[in-house]
Amino acid sequence: MQKIAMDRISEFFSAIAAERALYLPLKKKGAVNFGKWEEGADVDLDALHTVKSPKGLFFPQSEDLVSFKMQGKEISIDAPDAPDEKFAVFGVRACDARGMDILDRVFLSDPVDTYYAARRENGIVVTLSCSAPEETCFCSVFGIDPARPGGDVSAWIAGGFLYVKALTEKGEALLSGLSLLEAADEAEIGPAVEQVKAVMEKLPLKDLDLTGIDGSATEKLFASEKWAELSRACLGCGTCTYVCPTCQCYDIRDFDTGKEIRRYRCWDSCMYSDFTRMAHGNPRKSQVERFRQRFMHKLVYFPANNDGMYSCVGCGRCVAKCPISMNIVKVAKALGAEAKE
Amino acid sequence: MQAVEKAIKEKARALLADGTVDRVLGWEKGEYCYDNTPAVFTAENLGNLVYNSFCGANLSKYLIAESKKEGRVLALLKPCDTYSFNQLVKEHRIDREKVYVLGIPCHGIADVEKLNVKGVKGIERIAEDGGTLTAQTLYGEKTCEINDVLLERCMACKGPEHMAADDVIEDTAPVELRKHDRFGMVEKLEQMTPDERFEFWRSELSKCIRCNACRNVCPACSCLKCVFDNDASGVAAKANVDTFEENMFHIIRAFHVAGRCTDCGECSRVCPQGIPLHLLNRKFIQDINKNYGEYQAGADDSSAWPLVDYTQEDVEPGAIEGGKN
Repeated sequence: MQKIAMDRISEFFSAIAAERALYLPLKKKGAVNFGKWEEGADVDLDALHTVKSPKGLFFPQSEDLVSFKMQGKEISIDAPDAPDEKFAVFGVRACDARGMDILDRVFLSDPVDTYYAARRENGIVVTLSCSAPEETCFCSVFGIDPARPGGDVSAWIAGGFLYVKALTEKGEALLSGLSLLEAADEAEIGPAVEQVKAVMEKLPLKDLDLTGIDGSATEKLFASEKWAELSRACLGCGTCTYVCPTCQCYDIRDFDTGKEIRRYRCWDSCMYSDFTRMAHGNPRKSQVERFRQRFMHKLVYFPANNDGMYSCVGCGRCVAKCPISMNIVKVAKALGAEAKE
Repeated sequence: MQAVEKAIKEKARALLADGTVDRVLGWEKGEYCYDNTPAVFTAENLGNLVYNSFCGANLSKYLIAESKKEGRVLALLKPCDTYSFNQLVKEHRIDREKVYVLGIPCHGIADVEKLNVKGVKGIERIAEDGGTLTAQTLYGEKTCEINDVLLERCMACKGPEHMAADDVIEDTAPVELRKHDRFGMVEKLEQMTPDERFEFWRSELSKCIRCNACRNVCPACSCLKCVFDNDASGVAAKANVDTFEENMFHIIRAFHVAGRCTDCGECSRVCPQGIPLHLLNRKFIQDINKNYGEYQAGADDSSAWPLVDYTQEDVEPGAIEGGKN
C-alpha cells in the first residue's frame, strides 16, 4: 500500500494524466459526473455517486459503428477504428466496479463486443472506498463491500491521505510509474474502514430480502398481479435505465446526414415505447409489460443465465432519481411479500 | 400537514361511500418519508395514502388516462396542480365530468436535492413542525427551515387558491406567500452577452442524458406520439450525438409548450442532472406577458391563450424591440 497527502492530490492526478487520459468525478453546474481531468478541474470526491455511472466510459451513450456513402454507383463503407485512447478512471465506487463485472459478462461473452473490449483493455479502473453511504445504498445485499471496492487499483481517503493499493497487473503498472507515492502501512486505513462498516450496519435497506426472487421463479414472477399496480405511475422515461451502472441494452439506428448514412448505436431503455419493436410490431404494448421487463431482467433473467448473479448492484441511483419514486427496492419488496404468501 | 392528511382521508372515504367517486388519485407512502409515489386508492387501501411536504408530483397529467376509464376519480390537487388541470381540460385532454377535484392546501414542497446540498444526507426520518424540518440521519440529527429547501416552483408560489375544484379542504393554518423574484434569473440571462448566455445554456444542456423525464412528466407535453419518438419525423433521436441535439430537444420542447406551460416546474423537479429547464419556459412566459399582456396559463379552463388568439392589436415581437429580439 502507498499513500500521498490529500493536499497534493492534483499532483497525483497530473502525474497520471501525463501518461494517459484521466477521467474522474467532476462537478459541473451542480451535478457530478465523470469527466476528463485537466489542471484546475472541479474534482468532487465527496459526492457518493456521480449522476451517470462510469459505464459510459466503456459503453458510451452513443457511438458510430459504420458509415455508408454512395457516389454514382460506388458504395464506400467506412468503419471507425477501434477505440485506442489509453485512460484511467479514478473514483469508481464499489457498486459501480461490480457493475463493470456485470457488463463484462454481457459484452465480453461470445460474440465479444470489440468496442467495449478495446475500452476495457485500454482503461485502468481505480476505485475509491465509500466514506459516507446514504440511505438509498443497498450494495451489501449483493455481497459488495464499499470499503473494499476492487478494480485494478483500490483507493481510500483517510486522515488527510489518499491510500492506494494495486490489485492487478494493470494497476501495478499504473502505480509503479508514480514516483510521488510513499510507502504506507495497511493498518492506517483501519479506522476509516471500520467507520464505513458501522454506517453499513445502520442502513435501512441492508436487510432487503430477495428470497423467492431469482432465476428459478420466472413464470410465477412474470405472472404476478403486482406489476399493474407497481407500474401504474411509471412515466415511461429512461431515467432509471440511464443512471443505472448495469443497464446495457442499446439500439442501432441509421442517421441520414444528407451526404452519407451513419449507423450508430445508443443506449436504449426498456421503458421506451419502441423498445424491442420489430417489423411485425411490439411484443410489449403497454407500460406494465415494459416496466416488468426491466425488473425481470435484473432480478430473474440475468441470474438465470449468469450463475445466480443479479444485475443490480444496490447503488441506489434509481431510488434517488426516479421522478415518481418507484424503484427496484419497492418492486423487490412487493414481489417478495407475494412470494411468501 | 397531518391534520390535512386526516381531513383528506375522511373526505375521500365519504365520497367513496356515497358513490360520488369510485377511486382516489393521490400519493402512496414510500420507503422513506420523502419518496411518495402517485397511486390510485380504493376504500381498502386508502390507509396507505400520504400527504406531506414531499408530495411534489403533479397528479394532473395522470387524469388524461384516468378520465378515460369507467367511473369517476377523486383527484387530490394542490393549488398549482389545478392550473395544469385547467389547461388539460381546455385542451380536451381530460374528461372533466369523470373527475372530482378535491383542492388540498399546500405549504410548499421540499426538495431532497436541496436538503442534500445543505448536508442533510442519509435521511432516515423527517418530522415537520410548522416550518421546521427535523431530520434523523445516519450521521445525526439535522434541522432546517422548509423555506430554505423548497422546490424552485414553490419559491415562486402562485398562491393558495385552487383554480378548479369541486370541493376544497380548508387550510386551517395558512402560511405567508413567499416573496420571490420569479423572473429574476430570466432577466439576468437577458442581460448577459450572447456569448455568456450561450455558455450558460451549453454548460447546463450538455449535462442532458435524454432520459425524457422532463417531457414525460410535463402536463403540457400530452402528444400521443412525440416527434422525437417518431421515426417518420426525421428528427427522432434517442441520444444526443452532438451539442446541437442537446440544445434542439429542449428548445423545441420549450417552443411547443409556450403559452400552455403553467410554470408548474415539474421539468426542473425531475431532471436527474438538475438542469433549470423552467428558465426556458419562464422566458416565454415573460415575453408573452410583455407582448400580449399578463397571462397565466391554466387560470381558467376555456379562454384562448395568446399564441392561438388573434387581435388587431397584436404586436409583432420582432418590431417592438427594434428587431433585436
